[in-house]
Amino acid sequence: MRGYDTAFDVYRQALPVILVSLVAGLFAGTLLGTETMRNGIESVPGLLLLLPAFLATRGGVYGSLGARLSSGLHQGLIEPSFEWNGRLRNAVLASFINGMVVSVFIAVLAYVVLLALGRSGSLLELVLILTIAGFLSAFTMLGVLLTVMFKGYRRGLDPDNVIGPVVTTVGDVFGVIFLLVAVAITGVVL
Amino acid sequence: MSGRSGTNPGPDPDPDSDPNPDLESDSAPDDPPLSDAFVDEWAISNIVTTLVPLLVALSALQMGSGTVLESFEDQLLENPSLLVLVPVMIGTAGNLGSIMCARMSTQLHLGTLEFSPANPNVRANVGAVYGLAATVFVLLGFASWGIGRALGGTLGLVPLLIITIVSGMLLATWVVIVSSVSVYASYRLGYDPDDTTIPVVTNVCDITGVLILFGVVWVVLGL
Repeated sequence: MRGYDTAFDVYRQALPVILVSLVAGLFAGTLLGTETMRNGIESVPGLLLLLPAFLATRGGVYGSLGARLSSGLHQGLIEPSFEWNGRLRNAVLASFINGMVVSVFIAVLAYVVLLALGRSGSLLELVLILTIAGFLSAFTMLGVLLTVMFKGYRRGLDPDNVIGPVVTTVGDVFGVIFLLVAVAITGVVL
Repeated sequence: MSGRSGTNPGPDPDPDSDPNPDLESDSAPDDPPLSDAFVDEWAISNIVTTLVPLLVALSALQMGSGTVLESFEDQLLENPSLLVLVPVMIGTAGNLGSIMCARMSTQLHLGTLEFSPANPNVRANVGAVYGLAATVFVLLGFASWGIGRALGGTLGLVPLLIITIVSGMLLATWVVIVSSVSVYASYRLGYDPDDTTIPVVTNVCDITGVLILFGVVWVVLGL
């Protein structure tokens, strides 16, 4: 037996995950390319500017929640069910706070960068859009992540192997959808 | 060495050997200092104060690729195919980087990695990253063309394939360089590459993925 994997072994093992992320990315990209989203991008200065940061922090917030819950499950610190107990509640509330704080920060930062680039934008509009999008994606991500992890854990899946693909796939797709929804709502409100 | 000997629990296998069994079992379920320590690590303030600075720094970095996107706004709105490329480029860059780093740090821990092009593990890692990039970016070229057409774009298949394949191969090269350098630097500086390299490399690759993509778009479309 060889003591190492060949390039083809590695390729074969990694291909499914990479292809899943390709499909998710294409889906998110298709949403970005729709007429509605392009109109939104055109009418809201700064939307493209904050897009990478908004999508990346979904991964940061909910990926780390997933990793924490996974370690908690393995250590027996939390139960694989929706009990509103101390640790689970703390972890969920903390990631909700993280998500909201960072979303608002991104909106402010995007406004500052817009000004630095000599463009104009509306701080209120950006903050409102990211607050709504951050709020909606927090609910969805928490729901999906907890459901997948607990159901998977009860069926013997190691949550460590599930979090990464779930967070990136669901995060990107819902991130773009809720950004779109938030632009629409903000357009009506303002 | 037998496989089982390693799994023997070390200390305290026998409860009868405890000098104070009654006291111990009374206080065990709710031992205050112990559960305090655990709850503290799971305290909201602790989680928030650990993560928020990281996330703030991360989103500030991501403004770099945001600025590039913003400066290509007109081209992106005109050619939806290019918008389709963006999330895939970001996702794949980070994925390839994390595969490369995770493998290299494991191989480093196992002692089967040397930082040399002749090392079979290095060759396998590099070969796999190029193979994966080639697969994804050829598929991406066709998919973005089809989707762009459906969304009313006019960009042709050939320029899109050139854009995706050239930027994909440049990205693979960049991922190999960044991962090797960061694993090597982390090892030299005495940090465990498992902890340090993946967050750094995935974010660096995400951001530079967008830069590479739009560098190639700029050259190919002569904007």
